[in-house]
Amino acid sequence: MRHLLSINDLSKQEAIDLLNLSAQMQEVNKRDVKKLPALNGRTVVNLFFEDSTRTRFSFELAAKRLSADVVNFTAKGSSVSKGESLKDTIGTLEAMGVDALIVRHHHSGAALTIANAPWSTSAVINAGDGTHEHPTQGLLDSLTIRQRLNGLDQGDLSGVRVLIVGDILHSRVARSNALLLRKLGAKVSYCGPSTLVPSASLGLVDEIYYDFDQALAQNFDVVMMLRIQAERMNSAFIPNAKEYSQLFGLTDSRFDSLSSKTLVMHPGPMNRGLEISSKAADSAQSTILEQVANGVAVRMAVLYRLLAQEGKA
Amino acid sequence: MSHYLIKNAQLADGTVVDIEINDQMIVQVGSNLSSTGELIDASGLIALSGLVDLHTHLREPGFEGSETILTGSKAAAKGGFTSVHAMANTAPVADNAAVVEQVFALGKKAGYVQVQPIGAVTVNLEGSQLSDMGKMNKSSATVTVFSDDGKCVSDSLVMRRALEYVKSFEGVIAQHAQDPALTVNAQMNEGELSMKLGLTGWPQVAEQAIIARDVLLAEEVDSRLHICHVSTAGSVDIIRWAKARGIKVTAEVTPHHLLLTEDLASEYDPLYKVNPPLRTQKDVEALRLAVADGTIDIIATDHAPHPEDSKDCEWGEAAFGMLGLETAAAIAQTTLIETGLIDWKRFQEVLSSNPARIGKLSDQGQELTPGSYANIVLIDPKAKQVIDREGESKSNNNPYAGMELNGAVKHTIYKGTLTVRDGKVLELGENN
Amino acid sequence: MSLRTVLDAADIDRAIIRISHEIVEANHGTENLLLLGIPTRGVFLAKRIANSIKKNYPDFDVEESLGRLDVTMFRDDLSAKPNREVTPTEIPVGSLDEKTVVLVDDVLFSGRTIRAALDAIVSYGRPKAVRLAVLVDRGHRELPIRADYVGKNLPTSVTERINVHLTETDEEQSVVIEQ
Repeated sequence: MRHLLSINDLSKQEAIDLLNLSAQMQEVNKRDVKKLPALNGRTVVNLFFEDSTRTRFSFELAAKRLSADVVNFTAKGSSVSKGESLKDTIGTLEAMGVDALIVRHHHSGAALTIANAPWSTSAVINAGDGTHEHPTQGLLDSLTIRQRLNGLDQGDLSGVRVLIVGDILHSRVARSNALLLRKLGAKVSYCGPSTLVPSASLGLVDEIYYDFDQALAQNFDVVMMLRIQAERMNSAFIPNAKEYSQLFGLTDSRFDSLSSKTLVMHPGPMNRGLEISSKAADSAQSTILEQVANGVAVRMAVLYRLLAQEGKA
Repeated sequence: MSHYLIKNAQLADGTVVDIEINDQMIVQVGSNLSSTGELIDASGLIALSGLVDLHTHLREPGFEGSETILTGSKAAAKGGFTSVHAMANTAPVADNAAVVEQVFALGKKAGYVQVQPIGAVTVNLEGSQLSDMGKMNKSSATVTVFSDDGKCVSDSLVMRRALEYVKSFEGVIAQHAQDPALTVNAQMNEGELSMKLGLTGWPQVAEQAIIARDVLLAEEVDSRLHICHVSTAGSVDIIRWAKARGIKVTAEVTPHHLLLTEDLASEYDPLYKVNPPLRTQKDVEALRLAVADGTIDIIATDHAPHPEDSKDCEWGEAAFGMLGLETAAAIAQTTLIETGLIDWKRFQEVLSSNPARIGKLSDQGQELTPGSYANIVLIDPKAKQVIDREGESKSNNNPYAGMELNGAVKHTIYKGTLTVRDGKVLELGENN
Repeated sequence: MSLRTVLDAADIDRAIIRISHEIVEANHGTENLLLLGIPTRGVFLAKRIANSIKKNYPDFDVEESLGRLDVTMFRDDLSAKPNREVTPTEIPVGSLDEKTVVLVDDVLFSGRTIRAALDAIVSYGRPKAVRLAVLVDRGHRELPIRADYVGKNLPTSVTERINVHLTETDEEQSVVIEQ
C-alpha cells in the first residue's frame, strides 16, 4: 500500500488488518506515554485546501504520536487563475523533504491527481476530497461499529445493517462508509430526500429509503446521521430547515422508537436540533465521541502502514 | 502555378479515376488521363472533397499560447481539412466586423485552409445584447454562422430575436445547448458514475431542454438553427422529431462523442474533461446511428486546444475541451465506416459537403468534377495509425494519444496547393 | 544444508526449570515479579517459566505476573523489514512501576529486539529493574546488552540459523542449528 486515496484501494483483508492495527493504536492512546518511535525522522504535511480543524488536528495528533514531524500547510482557494497551481504547491513542499502528504481538498479526485502525477513522489493520504471520499472516516466508523456491536478487535461486519441518513449526494462520508461497510459484509441503506439521494446512488448501496420512519421500522443496527449544510436550502435541494428536520431529523420521538441496541453515529460537526436531537446525540447509544477518539487511532494505523512498513518513499 | 495529375484515386461513389489540377481548379476527371503536371500516385487511396469543420477553436486573437491561426490551420490541413470555421470566443470576442476581418485575413495569410470566422450572437458572449451580426455579414469575412459557443444563448427572447434577425441574410444560429441553471459547476455526465466519483453532474436534460425550445423557436420564426456538439440519445430524438416536422434544423456531433465514454473520467484525468461531457455507450451508439440515418448532418471537431497547465491539475480546476482536427477523419472512419454504418459517400457528406452548405461556403464541399475548386483530401483507408500526443497543434490535450485508429490522411490539396504530402504538413512555398 | 540438534525436548524443559529457579533466587522471592514474553516464542517461554515458578511457589499469581510485550513499533529496522504483524501488548497490572520485569525471548542475537523492548517498557512505566531471560544466546551482539538468565550459550557463525521449535507452535520441541 503506497497511498490511501479511496476505500477501493483496500482489499477486504487489508481493511480488516488496518482495523486490527487501529485497535493496537487505541491501546497506545490509553497509556500514560502516548508515543511510539515508529515514524521518527519522517516528515508529514497536513496539506489542507479546505478548512477542517478537527480532521487536521486528528491527523496531526496521530502523526505526532508516532514521532513524525508534522507541518501544517493551509492553502485556501488554490486555482490556476487565482494563484499557485497544485503542481507548484506540491513541488515547493516536496523540495523541502516530505514523506507523506495528507490532503484535504474541495475538489473531488484531487488526492488521486497528486498521487498519479509525475511531479509528486510522496505517499498521499486522502483526508477528504470534494464530495468524493474520506477513507479514514470510513475506517474509524467501521472500527467503532465493530467494537460497539461485536465487542471485538477482529473480524468483519457480516450481517450488520447500517442506515445512513441525510445529504448523500454531497457526502464523502456516505461514499466511503458505503464502500467499506459493504466490503466488510454489512448491508447499507441510504435515506434522505430524493433530491439528495438520487436514484444513481443505488450503485453504492443495497437499498434507498425516502421515508425515514419507514426505514427506522426496519430495525437497523446502526443509524448514521449526516450533517446538512445550510446552502442546500439555497439551491433548492430542500425547502427549509424545519421541514428537513421533521422529515429526516433524528428527533427525540424517533430516537425513542429505536431499539436500545441501535447505535447512533454522526461524523460531526453536528447541527443539534436539525439533523439530530441533543437527547439522541448525548445518549448511551451515541458513539459520537468514540468516533473522534477512534479517528486518531485509525490515522495512526494508516500512517504507520504507509510510512513505517512500506519503506522510505 | 500548381499543376498535378492524381492517378487512380477512388471517389466516394467507388469509381476509380484520374484527376488533373491546374492552378486552383480541377480541370479534368477521367480514366487514363495524361498530363505534364506532377504525378500523385493515388492507387488504393480515397479522394474526397476537402473536409470542412464547422466548429474549431483557433484561439487567436487572445489565447495564442494555446493555438494560433497558423498552427490551427496546419493541424487542420494535416487532418484533411480545407476549411475551418473559427469560433467566436476569442479575446476580444469576435462580435464585430473588425475582429472577424482580422481572423479572416490571418487565415488567408496562413494559407493552409479557408478560415471562415464565426460571429458571436451576443456582445461579449454575454447573452443579452445582439452583436453586429449584419455588419459582420457585410464585412470582407462574409459571416453567416453565428454562435456564442462555450456559452448557451439561454434567454428565450434573445434566441428568438437572433434567429429572426439572421434570416434576412440567410444566416444561421449555431447553438451551444446547455441550460446554465441546470449545469452550475457541472463536471461530467450525470449518472451513477458521477455519483460514485463525487463530481457534479451535467444532466442530459440540460442539453435536451434547450434543443427542444430552440427547434420550436426556429419553427415559429421559420429560420435556420444549427445545434452544436449533440451529445445525448435524447437530443437525437428531439432533432429527428423536428426534422420530420420540417423545421430548418441541422445538427453536429463531435468525433469524441462518437468514440469516447464517461468511463474515462474514472481516474480524474482532465484530458477527458470536455463540454458537453462524454456520455454513455448508449449515447455513443445513438449518435452513430443518427449520423447514418441523416438526423445528424455533420461531424464537427470542437477542436479546443488548451495549454499544459490547464490540464495538469485538479479535475475541478481544469479547462474543458480536447483536440480534434488531426484525428477527426480517422475517428469517423473507425466508428462509422469500419462498423458498416456509413459508406464513403455519406462520409463525404458529413465531413465536407454538408458543413460547407450549412456555412454557405460555395468554394468548399464541391463534387470532384471539372470546374470545381481543387479542394481534395486523399485518405489511405487501409492504414493504421497509433496516435501521437504531439501533432501540429500548439497544444497537447489529445485524448487519443496511444490509441490505434483506422485510416490516415495521405495528401491534402487546398485550392490547388498541396498542403500535406505523405502525411506531412508542407511549409508553404516548398512546393509551388 | 545441514541440521544439528543442540537442545532436545528434555534439555529445553530442564533449562526452563533452571531459569525459573534463578529468577526467583535473584528476586529474593516472587514478589513484584512480572514476566513479559516477546512474541512469538518468548510468549510461550514466559508462560512456561511462570508455570514452573507456580509449582514451587503456590502463592505466585500467574495471571497477575505474566504478560506479553509487542516491540514491532519500536524497532529501528521497520522500513528494512516491512510488513511485520503488530500483535497486542498485554500488561496484567495497570502499571510497571516498582515491578521487576523479566523480558523473555527465545534467541538473543544482535540485541536490537531487546533494545526495542526497553523502549517499549519505558512508554508503559518505570520498573524497579528490567532483567532478560533467553533460551539461547548465540552471540554476535551489535549493542551493549546481555542476558541475565540463559538456557544455553551457543557459539555460532553469523551465517548459521538457529531454529527454536516449541510444542505450542511447532510439531516437536528442539533447538536446531541450520548451516
